[in-house]
Amino acid sequence: MKEEEQNNILNEVTQSDYKFGFVTDIDMEMAPKGLNEDIIRFISKKKNEPDFMLEYRLRAYRKWLTMQEPDWAHLNIPPIDYQDIIYYAAPKKKKELSSLDEVDPELLDTFNKLGISLEEQKLLSGVAVDAVFDSVSVKTTFSETLEKYGIIFCSFSEAVQNHPDLVKKYVGSVVPYGDNYFAALNSAVFSDGSFCYIPKGVRCPVELSTYFRINTAGTGQFERTLIVADEGSYVSYLEGCTAPQRDENQLHAAVVEIVALKDAEVKYSTVQNWYPGDKNGKGGIFNFVTKRGMCKGSHSKISWTQVETGSAVTWKYPGCILLGDNSIGEFYSVAVTNNHQQADTGSKMIHLGKNTKSTIISKGISSGFSNNSYRGLVKISKRAENSRNYSQCDSLLLGDKCGAHTFPYINTANRSSIVEHEATTSKISEDQLFYCQQRGIDTENAIGLIVNGYAKEVLKQLPMEFAVEAQKLLSISLEGSVG
Amino acid sequence: MLKIKNLHVSINGKEILQGLNLKVNKGEVHAIMGPNGTGKSTLANIIAGKPGYHVDKGEIIYKGRNLFEMPPEERAQEGVFLGFQYPVEIPGVSMTNFMRTAINEHRKYKGLDPMSAGEFLKLMKEKQQLVEIHSKLTNRSVNEGFSGGEKKKNEIFQMAMLEPELAILDETDSGLDIDALKIVANGVNKLKTKDNATIVITHYQRLLDYIVPDFVHILFDGKIVKSGGKELALILEEKGYEWIKDESPN
Ligand SMILES: Nc1ncnc2c1ncn2[C@@H]1O[C@H](COP(=O)(O)OP(=O)(O)O)[C@@H](O)[C@H]1O
Ligand SMILES: [Mg+2]
Repeated sequence: MKEEEQNNILNEVTQSDYKFGFVTDIDMEMAPKGLNEDIIRFISKKKNEPDFMLEYRLRAYRKWLTMQEPDWAHLNIPPIDYQDIIYYAAPKKKKELSSLDEVDPELLDTFNKLGISLEEQKLLSGVAVDAVFDSVSVKTTFSETLEKYGIIFCSFSEAVQNHPDLVKKYVGSVVPYGDNYFAALNSAVFSDGSFCYIPKGVRCPVELSTYFRINTAGTGQFERTLIVADEGSYVSYLEGCTAPQRDENQLHAAVVEIVALKDAEVKYSTVQNWYPGDKNGKGGIFNFVTKRGMCKGSHSKISWTQVETGSAVTWKYPGCILLGDNSIGEFYSVAVTNNHQQADTGSKMIHLGKNTKSTIISKGISSGFSNNSYRGLVKISKRAENSRNYSQCDSLLLGDKCGAHTFPYINTANRSSIVEHEATTSKISEDQLFYCQQRGIDTENAIGLIVNGYAKEVLKQLPMEFAVEAQKLLSISLEGSVG
Repeated sequence: MLKIKNLHVSINGKEILQGLNLKVNKGEVHAIMGPNGTGKSTLANIIAGKPGYHVDKGEIIYKGRNLFEMPPEERAQEGVFLGFQYPVEIPGVSMTNFMRTAINEHRKYKGLDPMSAGEFLKLMKEKQQLVEIHSKLTNRSVNEGFSGGEKKKNEIFQMAMLEPELAILDETDSGLDIDALKIVANGVNKLKTKDNATIVITHYQRLLDYIVPDFVHILFDGKIVKSGGKELALILEEKGYEWIKDESPN
């Protein structure tokens, strides 16, 4: 991260509220509200899915019916009426699109406002983008370059059509549909998402990037992402999200599965900026996400980096199952909560293979009336000899009406393994603020500066262009948090 | 430039400054001396706008404006600089980023565009040389892991970067060995112009061998009990603060 950019960002910060709260007016094709087997058949049919996919959905749905919403997180959630949600919404296609010029200009405009463009500039900057708008993946750029390497990067729906064997083999292999309530719901109704396959020995030459946006009122977004890194391959994958400002709560229940085979490495970075609700806690996204990676082969590595500034409620524990011997799992997180936001997030590291290593660095920042909890599980099985985990959970409090909580669960079944856990809670000191002010930096900017410094360990894990955005978000989401 | 009239300040109900008067003009160097706990830092902090103090009476006029109506960052942008007695650490924030933000805030206040990266780095280099601070320090996080002396040098470096009109150096000499002391004093002397003023707070005469003040004030029990030329510092050195106690009216 260049200093100059850091400064630009801080300079750019103004007294704005949620910056991405615009609504795009596009003809939508929607399913009727509610959830039943017919809706699931409708979705599957719309997507022209093979039988195995429909069956998978139905099995998941039937399982979901038998399950209870979890209530163990440190969250206060109003009841969700699952029959009051639209489970499928797609921009009405006028015809098949063959070039970017044909994409709905309103849609392009939306992406431009989001600061991502599907256009040439982005291509030149070396980012392949798959944009998921409500439930349908709009356009994947860069496909041809990727094809040359045999890399598959497309929407999940396309993968179901064009690569059904891969999908069939890996979908649900890391997050089974019965894993938890929201994973089951997602498995039943998932709309779209991204699919990515890196063949043996290939180092993906660009960052693969997906952008999600919830637009239509009353829709839920249930994206499904599957990343498979074959032996000895490498990929860095980025995901960003925003949603317009609405008074009602919108539901987002995604599933992300990553599989890393022998010697493969996957770096997954996300900046989550869903609409957090207004200052009084009205509206905002409910973000219930299951993200998990499986280090299946030996010496494989999966690393999660997340910057969470949005959503009214976040419930999310990206984790790794370290199955292969000598595999490595990493989790770097910055979670900011302001106003009435609630976040319950952390990581799960399940050590199954020998000599497996995991690192968890979590930085929580709470402000306003918000609640920010770290919940983590480190489990070392009997077989996982000589394994190690290092966890560091820091909380930073701005003001005295917010809360920070840490719930580390540690479970070690062998003696040769070492688990270390460190936790700190701190406040931005008056002295630090005054020091900045005395140099001419106002409180708002000073907080941005100090918070970015606090989160640096995590931010530096992000690819360059994401880091810039993440820093902006940190500053913006803490606006008005003092004084 | 600075006029302090009958200033009474308390903290947590305890009266610290009790009727302080001081006038500082452009181009002057003032030294304020006095034993520990008499309110020297309080005076510096109140000028810079540190929260937590209560002004019971009196006023401070800076460049014709009521200082108490300006938030601390505006005072800084108007040219008030405080070299802290105990500079704080800001983990993860690089000196470069910190200074760049500060400089650009100053520029914004003056209606100027932000400085380009190239210009900024050039300025950094130039000022580093002026105060003889290692560039390896300015690459680190603000004051993090700096020794006492390094922190003090870093204050002077920031002063050099920001080119204040009124610099207040609160015991910048304490904890410095003689070489560091010379470097700091040298920096201050080089930065002196006919348009800016410096208030040096110290309780040793030692610093005044290198920074020659136009006026020396002795602060005792929240008041300036004696003012004079640079020779006052020498008398004080010789006779000690006991002498002031005897001389002071209460
Ligand atoms: N936060 C505080 N609460 C109560 N008393 C304080 C506080 N800060 C400083 N003081 C007291 O105010 C007096 C003046 O302190 P200070 O201005 O730091 O003195 P000096 O810089 O001359 O050594 C001292 O007696 C000190 O103990
Ligand atoms: Mg002092």
